Formats: sequence, C-alpha cells, structure tokens
Amino acid sequence: MVLIGWVLIGGVFQSDPLPLEATEVSVISGADFEALMAGRQSPSSVVDVAQPPQPDLETDAPAVPAPADPVAEASAPQIADTPPADDVPDVTQLAPPPDAEVADVAPEALTPPEETAVLVPDQAEQAVPEASERIAPEPVARPDPEAAPDPVQQDAVREADTGQTAQDTQEAMAPEEAAEEIVTEAETPTAAPLASIRPKLPDQRPAAEGSAPQSRTTEQNSTDTDAAVQAALEAAMSATSDAPAAPSGPPLSAGEKDALRVAVSNCWNVGSLSSDALSTTVTVGVSLSQDGKPITASIKMLSAEGGTTAAAKQAYEAARRAIIRCGASGYNLPADKYDQWKDIEMTFNPERMRIK
Amino acid sequence: MILRIFLTSLVMFLSISALSLRAEPLRIVIDEGVIEPLPFAVPDFVPENAGSAEMGAQLSRVVAADLQGSGLFREIQASAFISQISDFNAAVQFADWKAINAQALVTGAVNVSGNTLTVKFRLYDVFSGAELGSGLQFQGTTDGWRRMAHKVADAVYSRITGETGYFDSRVVYVSQSGPKGDRKKRLAIMDYDGANVKYLTDSRAIVLAPRFSPTGDRVLYTSYETGFPRIYVLDVGSVQRRVLESQDGVMSFAPRFAPNGQTVVYSQSQGSNTDLYAMNISNGQTTRLTSAPSIETAPSFSPDGSQIVFESDRSGTPQLYVMPASGGEARRISFGEGRYGTPVWSPRGDLVAFTKQSKGRFHIGVMRLDGSEERLLTASFLDEGPSWSPNGRVIMFHRETQGATGSSTLYSVDITGRNLRPVRTPEGGSEPSWSPLQK
Repeated sequence: MVLIGWVLIGGVFQSDPLPLEATEVSVISGADFEALMAGRQSPSSVVDVAQPPQPDLETDAPAVPAPADPVAEASAPQIADTPPADDVPDVTQLAPPPDAEVADVAPEALTPPEETAVLVPDQAEQAVPEASERIAPEPVARPDPEAAPDPVQQDAVREADTGQTAQDTQEAMAPEEAAEEIVTEAETPTAAPLASIRPKLPDQRPAAEGSAPQSRTTEQNSTDTDAAVQAALEAAMSATSDAPAAPSGPPLSAGEKDALRVAVSNCWNVGSLSSDALSTTVTVGVSLSQDGKPITASIKMLSAEGGTTAAAKQAYEAARRAIIRCGASGYNLPADKYDQWKDIEMTFNPERMRIK
Repeated sequence: MILRIFLTSLVMFLSISALSLRAEPLRIVIDEGVIEPLPFAVPDFVPENAGSAEMGAQLSRVVAADLQGSGLFREIQASAFISQISDFNAAVQFADWKAINAQALVTGAVNVSGNTLTVKFRLYDVFSGAELGSGLQFQGTTDGWRRMAHKVADAVYSRITGETGYFDSRVVYVSQSGPKGDRKKRLAIMDYDGANVKYLTDSRAIVLAPRFSPTGDRVLYTSYETGFPRIYVLDVGSVQRRVLESQDGVMSFAPRFAPNGQTVVYSQSQGSNTDLYAMNISNGQTTRLTSAPSIETAPSFSPDGSQIVFESDRSGTPQLYVMPASGGEARRISFGEGRYGTPVWSPRGDLVAFTKQSKGRFHIGVMRLDGSEERLLTASFLDEGPSWSPNGRVIMFHRETQGATGSSTLYSVDITGRNLRPVRTPEGGSEPSWSPLQK
C-alpha cells in the first residue's frame, strides 16, 4: 500500500496527459483564420459531422467486442487454474436432483478443492523442507553465477520472474528434491495440484531465501525494496487466489446478455399483477447450475422499490415464476463463461408494462 | 530505478486486476414482459365423505369460472391433467402440473354433513414448488355453497394478484323486459356473476338508478310510483322500503350514499334549475351543495367522503367537476371533446369512471382526478351507467343495442379495457350497482 501510495503521489505516471495537450495546436491563425471565416460552411460541416457519427457507431460497435475478447483471453489463462471447474461438476451433480439446498453447498464446493489441494500442499510441504536441506548445495551453483557478476538488478529481476511464474520455480525445486516424489506428483491429478501449488510458492520462496541469504547479504537497500515489492506481489497474488473461483472466464458479450434478457422476458407475465405491483421494481438474485438451470432455493429478492411490501411480494413472485419457468430446460449460456453467469441479479422494471 | 517503477506498476496492475476480478454477479435489467392470463388448474375438490363428490365438483367449477372470468387467469381443462388430486393432504406432484404449464394449482376438499358445508383449499405456485399462503377453511350452509366458492376464488385471486377479490359480491340493477315502447322495469339483485337473481320490486312503476349502501344492506333508488320521481330506501334483507322526505312538486333523483351510510347526496329540480343536495336520512335534514343556474347531477363521493365528483353543464356542455363534500367551489376535471356524465369515484380513490358521448358514440372511460390519463374502455351505440367492482379493478355498465327491437344488457370490462364480457341475466338489464364484498 505504501508503494502504491508512493506511486500515485510520486507522480511516476505523468506522461499520459502530455500527448493530449500536444494535440491542442492552436497555431492556426492569420490567413488560415480568415479563410475559415470566409468559408462559413458551418451548415455543411454540421451535416458532415452528423453523417459520420452513424457509421462510426457501427464501426465502433464491432470494434468494442473485439477488445473485450482479447481481455477475456488474457484472463483465460488464469482459468487454466480451473480447479473450480472440477469443483463445479460436483455442484451440478448435487444441484439438479435434490432441492437446491445442496446447490447452496455448491459454492462451498470451492472448499473441496482446498481439500484436494491439501494433498498437494502436503507434498509441497514435505518437499519444501527437504528441498531446503538437500537442494541447498545444488542451488548454490545457480546463485553463484548470478552472484559472480553481482548485479543487484539481476537478482531482483529473477525474483520478479519467480514471483510471476511460480511454476518455473516449482519445476526447479521438484527435481532437486527427489525423483521419487516427482513420480508421485505425476501420478496425482495434474490440474488440481498445479493450482494449489501457487499459493505455496511464496512459502517456498522464503525458505529458499533463508537457505541462501548469505549470498545476498550484500544487497541491502535493494533487498528491502524487493522484499516490499514481493510482499505486495504476494498480497496481490493472494488476492487473486482468493477470488479465482469466481472471476475467471471471459465476460458475456452484449448479444449473450441480450439473449438471456429476452429469454426471461418471455416468461415474465405481469398480466395478473395489481397496479401496485406494476409500480414496483424488484431485483432478484439467482444462481444457475452449469447447465443453465436456475437453482430454485437460491432465488431471493434483493431489493424492491416503488410499492408496498405486499406489492413487492407479488412482483417478486411473478419474477421468480419467470426465472424458473423459462429456465426449466436451462438458459442458453456459454458454458466456458460459467463463472460469469452462475450468479445473476435480475432487475424487473415494469414501468413500460404499467397500465397507463 | 526503472525496474522499481516496473515492479510497482506491476503491483498496481495485479491489485487492480484482483479487485476487478472479484466475484460480482451478472446484472441484467428486464423491462419487457408479457401480459397474458395466468394458466391455472382447479381439480375437483376432494370429497371427504359420501355424498360430497357432486358438491366438490360444483365448487371447483365456480372457483374456476370466477378466476377465468376475471380475465387475469386461464383455466387448464381437466382433460389435460396428468395426475389427479385424490388426497387433499398428499404431496403434490409438481412435475405433472409443470408439464401442462399450470402455474397455479388450487386443490380443495369438501365435507357435507347435513346442512353444513365445509370447504378447504390450498393454493400452490407450481413452478416454485411451494404453497402460496396457507390453507383456508370455510364453513356454512349448503344453500350458500356458491358464496363459499366465491370466497375461495377471492382468496386465490388476492394471493396471486395482490389485490382484494370481488367475486363474493352482488349487483343490484334494473331488470327490463318488453319492447322499447312498453318496457317493464323492476329492481333485481343477483350475485356478481348473474346467479341467484331475485326481484326487489314489481314492474308497476318505473324504477331508476339503484345504488347500494356502503355496507350492502340497503339500496337507494328512484321510483315514479307516485307519478313523480322520488327517492326510496330499500332494505335488501326484508325488502321493506320507505320514501325519503321531499317537497311536493319537486323532483328528486340520482341519489347516492356517502361512505358513512347516513348521508345521501342527490339532485333536486325546481323549475329549470337542478342542484345537488345532501340529506341525513336519519333526521331528514337537508343541505344545499350547489346553487348554480345550470344542471348539476350524478354526484358520487370520494372513498374518504371528503369530496364529490358530479356532472354539470355550467360550461355549456356536460362536464365533470369535483368539489368539497360540503359544497363550495368546484373545479372542472374533464376537458376532452364530447359530453361527460355519470361519474363514479373508484373505491381505490385514484380514478373516476364516466360515460362519454362523442361523435355519435358512447364510451365508458376512466380518468384520474386531475383529468389526466383519460382512457376510453368501450365504444358502442349506447354504453352507460358505470359501476365499480369492490376492488376497483372491473367496471360493470349496460349496453343498449340500436333499433326498435334493441335490448339492454349488462357488461363488465377490466379497467385496462380488456376482458369485455356480457353478464348473463334472465332478462335485459341496466344501471347496475356493484355491492361491496360480503362479510
């Protein structure tokens, strides 16, 4: 946080506004100004301006989804950590048959990965101490060449690299510890352990630092800042590791959202609602299973505006009927974006349906 | 230094991305829906003892007819049922009812013991797989089985729509028979759906404009029994009646009860002038409410009794005005083309129903009290005499067809303008007045 504050206050990033100011080339004057005054083509220019916006909008429209996808792709690799994906199937198995009470447990199914991960951590924990003892001599060989040139920056860079790609350090550590253990890891399920290993990397890292602090004792100021940076990195990584179960997956496109909206709209029947209920906007929360079916027990009214409590109840029940009825066979949503739509807040605004 | 900047920026990026990736639900806004009747199923009520089966079937039919007749529900015929309800307390197989798209399911049980009838029912939201409200039980005599069915339907209607029902109510109206030139008129009272018609007067004298009291136990009406229009009060239970005091040679008509049930407001004509008066029917004390040289008539109280909406031609054509219940300055609320008349204040207090004559056609319409949002619900050769259902959702009126053989029929329409339907009566009918819900 101190670093973040320092960065913000220190004004490290000040280059952005400059180009914008540079565009304000107000040198136009003299003959050009007179030419402009003589031109007086404002109406035509207005027409010209009016026309372009439309094509611009069209061109912009397709352009928007494009950047969105790349962003999604950027976040996609994190999905590779998909232990949640393994967990989800468990949820779906539980959700449909029973009455969704099990489905409520489903979100907690995120904990099962922790349980499975516990197995891996155990291995990792075993590996860590062994690695620190056994590997200490061998890794020394590596630090040595790095220490030979003795560039502090190189050390910092490698720390950063290790911080970014934890897997690399794992690979380095694994072979050093023991081949027998590696075999057992290979036999274990691949995806889940990889994900669980991440949070433990920082644990391994301090161990390595503790094993080879002597070679770095000369680095004082740099190590302080590096440690702070690394702590921040760890905090950031831990933040991401806390949320990984939910956030991963590309966002829904506008078309996909629209399809969902239309699907629910087709079942939102306000014909039997009172005028009071038709003046009430309700927001309903619902969780969906992976097959797109709403989990009945998860449906709840989050808020209501504009009507009495009784009217809100009627409006909510109509909304609930709509969600359940049109989702009976599962909403048509992209499975690869499940994390984006497994929890939905639907706001039912009857203003346009109100009796006037 | 550059490396530090890179690292710090990396930290910031990771932090921000971590925050942005926090679990947030997908949010969508739904502002378009459908307006269609809600499909429901009412299997025959389960007989709990021998001899109750027929009653169970009849009850379920009346409940279904009530709901279907409201226009807000659509009955799924029994032939489409996959499973039957044979045990009132057994678990409902929701999948079977989902399969036929029954969104609401009404189950019931009936027990006939001598002259005592006991009816129980439950309402289920099929797709939620849950009961809406808790089960209810009614007990009465077998003679009142239709009322008990109406009460069940009212409870179902209320739980689904959020509004009170209107099925357990009655209507008093002018029953008409004979050709237009020699039409016989007499007061009649019936269930809201046209069942159980009973006549309150004979056809020797012309009767006009019956109006229920706020409690539904009395009826005001105008009769030419003495050759001059005078106002009578009739007790529905005993069919006893008495004439309200009035001066000789003065025509009194268009009476209506105030919400307190003790004050009656009406029109009184003297010469060419007609004004509004209020009378305490207990002591006969009268108060003049208007004194304009124009015709003021068709008064109707607001639900809280503080204001009166009425018809006046003080502007040159009949229009609608609102004034304090004690009289005073009136403000005009109708400004559209045509003539406005017979205003009736909604039980909800938010709308006024009226008759409008424009371009040679008659309409039943509604508007807000400030004259805004005027909606014409019907159009025909002659539509007239609107009356509100107890819940302010439906309007009953009469429609007269053209020609010498034309007849007058009662109709009802939802305030949305949908579900226009005739009310079956043994004879022609006009000037309906809807009672409050029965206790």
